[in-house]
Amino acid sequence: MEPLDRDLEEGLLELPSEPMMLNMGPSHPAMHGTVRIVLELSGEMIQKADVQIGYLHRGFEKMCERGTWTQIFPYVDRCNYVSPMLNNVGFALAVEKMLGVTVPERCQYYRVVLGELARLCDHMICSGAMCMELGAFTPFLYFARAREIIWDIFEEETGARVTHSFGRVGGMANPPTKYFKDMVRAGVPRVLQLISEGEKLLLKNRIFLDRLENVGVMSKEDALALGWTGVVLRASGVPYDVRRAHPYLVYDRMEFDVPVGTTGDNYDRFMCRQEEIRQTARIIEQALDQMPDEGPINIDDPRIVLPPKQEVYTTIEATIQHFKIVMEGIKVPAGECYSYTEAGNGELGFYMVSDGGGTPYRVRIRPPCFATTQGLEQLITGLMIPDVVPTFGSLNMIGGECDH
Amino acid sequence: MSKRVLEILKSRFGADIYETHSQFGDDTAVVNPEKWLEIAKFLRDDPQCAMNMFVDLTAVDWLGRQTPRFEVVLHLHSFERNHRIRLKARIGDDDANGVEIDSLVSVWIGANWFERECFDMFGVHFKGHPDLRRILMYPEFVGYPLRKDYPADKIQPLVELRNVPDKLPPFGLDEGMPFGRQTHDYPRGEETN
Repeated sequence: MEPLDRDLEEGLLELPSEPMMLNMGPSHPAMHGTVRIVLELSGEMIQKADVQIGYLHRGFEKMCERGTWTQIFPYVDRCNYVSPMLNNVGFALAVEKMLGVTVPERCQYYRVVLGELARLCDHMICSGAMCMELGAFTPFLYFARAREIIWDIFEEETGARVTHSFGRVGGMANPPTKYFKDMVRAGVPRVLQLISEGEKLLLKNRIFLDRLENVGVMSKEDALALGWTGVVLRASGVPYDVRRAHPYLVYDRMEFDVPVGTTGDNYDRFMCRQEEIRQTARIIEQALDQMPDEGPINIDDPRIVLPPKQEVYTTIEATIQHFKIVMEGIKVPAGECYSYTEAGNGELGFYMVSDGGGTPYRVRIRPPCFATTQGLEQLITGLMIPDVVPTFGSLNMIGGECDH
Repeated sequence: MSKRVLEILKSRFGADIYETHSQFGDDTAVVNPEKWLEIAKFLRDDPQCAMNMFVDLTAVDWLGRQTPRFEVVLHLHSFERNHRIRLKARIGDDDANGVEIDSLVSVWIGANWFERECFDMFGVHFKGHPDLRRILMYPEFVGYPLRKDYPADKIQPLVELRNVPDKLPPFGLDEGMPFGRQTHDYPRGEETN
């Protein structure tokens, strides 16, 4: 029989070809979100890529200019719809920075716990969706089951499963329920157990590892210049975490490690995310231990916080107060500020300009995955089409946030 | 945020730094738009500033309130020194003439999409940008939605079937179109040649 590896010259094997255009998306089964990638291919090799976003644009910033400051909370929920609580907290902190108020200690812990629970959700869905797109459906079910536990907690606390709109300027919409701590203490270990089980299915799987390791490598310098933040930046080897570098709320009292990757490939991004889930569980545990059981949730300032519902219905003063806040909005001092927090996939910034009225003059959201997605072009150039799927999955691009 | 960076900027650029303030703890410098690129390069390369992380770029429309109508706002962060600064440049008049400023893509590659968004939303033209297209809106969109004189409830005209081979065209004319919009008045097979 003729040997298969005949010594042929390359020129005989390679057919002359011109680049082929391929549209991936806008809605592609193996990508999350609506993104169109126009690929210029030579065989299966990507020579050029053009990432096009904007399919989910809803005019977030224009909408914010039309309502009062407090009416923005439902909008920020719909930016990163996987972890809306972090957006809520981030926006509340931004307005509080302009007002110059600090919420009571109990509320700070409450925000930390709720925010970290949302972060668990975010990381799990990203890791899970990435596995599912690579064909590993079972781990996704494990992660989705774990997320269900967290959503049950959120449902008990806020009344809504996905879009809570629970943040308020100067506090939270409701105080923690009676069984809040017990629920979280019972839920989080179960979540971690499910994640470990899901991980076991993946991390010894040669196929899964081969598709992740040394694919989509991003260097440290490029990641910084691109404006990457969050897990994707840390996986490239930069230990930058907003919770560490500029502690807000009570993060300076928490002990946690910042997981850092070495090569900045898909595998590092996946592992950093998994490690961060465990660190987040540590933060939740500490915050629950330190959180006071009694005390106010909202600040005591009738110009900012709505009066209790019972008083609105029974006294004229509270009715007037309620009316003034709802109709005119909170009066935020004139000026500009940039406030940033660590959201599920990086630094979520709000740049806000106030002219002293009850309506923001300009609200600018700095979505972390907008900066992340613009690095995709660089990541996938030179790779093969199947590598686009795990690379895109590991970036944790959320359509609603990227397109604001 | 760092007041020290403001001092360095003031001593280095003098009269080109029009104004500085530290409202709500955020250090801001309003600079001469002509020196925009030069100052950005300086901030990145100077070892005392070392602004190696691009954070955000946006604009604010001050229609009827300030004479240079647009403010281009840039946020920077230094990872090594752990400080931040905000740079602003005022450009353009009330009729949105002269709304142009140097592009920062040569300094931080991350500025690419942010400048495209700023162009898309405000019509700020970035000189030297490698690929200044709309990013969030579709190419046929008329006007700039985040300008204050763009009504929030404005209805855009219906878009014709896109016939122009834009940057990277999709397949044939009717491929990927719903059946109702497909036109079969050109001979099949011609497109593939």
